Amino acid sequence: MPEQPQSDRPQSDRPMIEIRNVTRSYGAFKALDDASLTIKEGEFFSLLGPSGCGKTTLLRMIAGFDNPTSGSISVGGQPMEGIPANRRPTNMVFQSYAIFPHLNVEQNVAYGLKRLKLQGGEEKRRVEEALAQVSLTGLGKRLATELSGGQRQRVALARALVMRPKVLLLDEPLSALDKKLREQMQVELRRLQQAVGITFVLVTHDQYEALAMSDRIAVMFGGRIAQVASPKEIYQRPVNRQVADFLGGMNFVKAEIVEENGASLVVDTLGFGRVKTDKPKAFVRNGGAATLGIRPERLRVLWDNATARFEVAGKVVERHYFGEITHLIVEIPGLEKPLSVTETNDFGADDIPVGTSIRLAYDPEALVAMAD
Amino acid sequence: MTAAAEGSPPLRMTRARRNALLQSEPVQGLALISPTLVYALILLVLPILVVIAHSFWTQHYLTIDRSFTLENYRIALTEPIYRDLLWRSLYISLTVSLLTVLLAYPIAYFISFHGGRHKSLWLFLITIPFWTSYLLRVMSWKVILGYNGVLNSGLMGLGIIDEPSTALLYNSSAVIITLTHAWAAFAILPIFVSLEKVDRTLVEAAKDLGDGPLRSFLRVTLPLSAPGVISAALIVMIPTVGDYVTPKLVGGKDGVMIANAIQAQFGKASNWPLGAALSVTTMVIVTLMAGATVLVIRALQRLAR
Repeated sequence: MPEQPQSDRPQSDRPMIEIRNVTRSYGAFKALDDASLTIKEGEFFSLLGPSGCGKTTLLRMIAGFDNPTSGSISVGGQPMEGIPANRRPTNMVFQSYAIFPHLNVEQNVAYGLKRLKLQGGEEKRRVEEALAQVSLTGLGKRLATELSGGQRQRVALARALVMRPKVLLLDEPLSALDKKLREQMQVELRRLQQAVGITFVLVTHDQYEALAMSDRIAVMFGGRIAQVASPKEIYQRPVNRQVADFLGGMNFVKAEIVEENGASLVVDTLGFGRVKTDKPKAFVRNGGAATLGIRPERLRVLWDNATARFEVAGKVVERHYFGEITHLIVEIPGLEKPLSVTETNDFGADDIPVGTSIRLAYDPEALVAMAD
Repeated sequence: MTAAAEGSPPLRMTRARRNALLQSEPVQGLALISPTLVYALILLVLPILVVIAHSFWTQHYLTIDRSFTLENYRIALTEPIYRDLLWRSLYISLTVSLLTVLLAYPIAYFISFHGGRHKSLWLFLITIPFWTSYLLRVMSWKVILGYNGVLNSGLMGLGIIDEPSTALLYNSSAVIITLTHAWAAFAILPIFVSLEKVDRTLVEAAKDLGDGPLRSFLRVTLPLSAPGVISAALIVMIPTVGDYVTPKLVGGKDGVMIANAIQAQFGKASNWPLGAALSVTTMVIVTLMAGATVLVIRALQRLAR
């Protein structure tokens, strides 16, 4: 599947950050293990993974707060080895925001500009422009202690943007905000990135945040990069069970390989019968067994006498109500684990009694093969 | 029976009210501080009031004339000897607190930023000199600075000087050296505490925004540790103005401080009112100097922005 950037703004294919075989060890523990990655100019790129996967280590190495044990990092074509954080063309938005408590908003934003000794009101103009970009105009004289969490986050953003870096690094910038504000800031951050056109590298453990904002995502586990792709591909075509599991729910189905050729696989399953599916790029055959996955929302309840070309029958064993949607756990004869099904509530899925026999429709395209 | 029934509700109410009173925060707070408060009132406020009262009276050989007079203050402020002693005391205590803070800051910085797992060990080591008596520590400075002392014999042994220097002991420099050493730990601890409170990501943020190590120190770490510097300066300055043991032991004729004069007035000279006036004058001046120090450090902190 081709990668689809979420933006309309044309992106260059020039690399901005190149990470080559970077390893970071602490004694015997490898925080990052032979990671290679290319981030393009003007891209909104996310490093996604559970805590301890090495994503923050990688971000801090790009910023210059940490150094690779081996491997190389270059930013804008320039190797970063031996260049301290203060001379790198990157700026960072810290997880704790790191707002200087002894300075007011204006002084915080102007912090990095002071050293440049800008002439004729240029500094003031740039500070005001940056404050306007993050909608903080008029709050310049406030002290950091008088700001709300969301406002502090905006100050941190303005303080980094005012430096006009080649790359803006964001370390879990939204994790301290409440849900509503977080969702609002996701939209704003994306909009801001599109407006300024700077390469953004975001570290997050929130898969929805990464999916909503990024052009591309690197999913990381245990110091290794598992998959790099567009949000849609990561979600729809995860390379392995771990990636599939981390990005929302996934039903896994055991399968026997019947036929394997260049681009496709034909497999036999107990619940879904014989299925022909795309072969993943990195598919490594491990004997005759394979794993198929299908997202819960790709299974639809068939009402009354409706039929579908592809359907499975089963019995509802659990029902969980979530407001706009309902999760149904459906036992299918032959499958060792019941299927989890997400159904919107507009047709009354929330009223299906436990124990009802139902039929589920699916699209064989939605059944994807993956490594274990 | 009726009387009992009528009598019990008010009784219960008083008890409830008393309980509420005992559980109210101001009352509990007062109860907690009252032992210290009473102690401080008896041993601090009362003596100071007595001293202030004496400073307005006059000594007549063995009796004290209790009529109001400002004569003692006139003597304290205009007599050259007291004026000189006061100036010298202020000069010594200011120099000592400046030197102590300057020497203590790097130590506190090292322990806080580079102490690693051994922070508490370092702090513990700093307290070791306090295991011996203050007098012993002053005496050992005598041994170091004296005519036949360690420093003189060392310098002579190296051929740097031909005969023992008398400039080392029995002058105000000796007092300054001894006091600076004696008060070091009291300056290191508050500075260390305020450095510990500096969020390390703020230093990283400063670096990220283009500051080298020195600039980020001057613009972030130093201003944020100013409260520690202020308390260190005050902790050293206030008691050293009134020190009289150290000048007596190592100060000689040129190292005498105002407290020695006060002690003499209350002792040998037996002029309590003059001693009291000198004490009150010193107290007022120390208060002013402490206030000025706070203002100066705050101004410097603002400059760093």
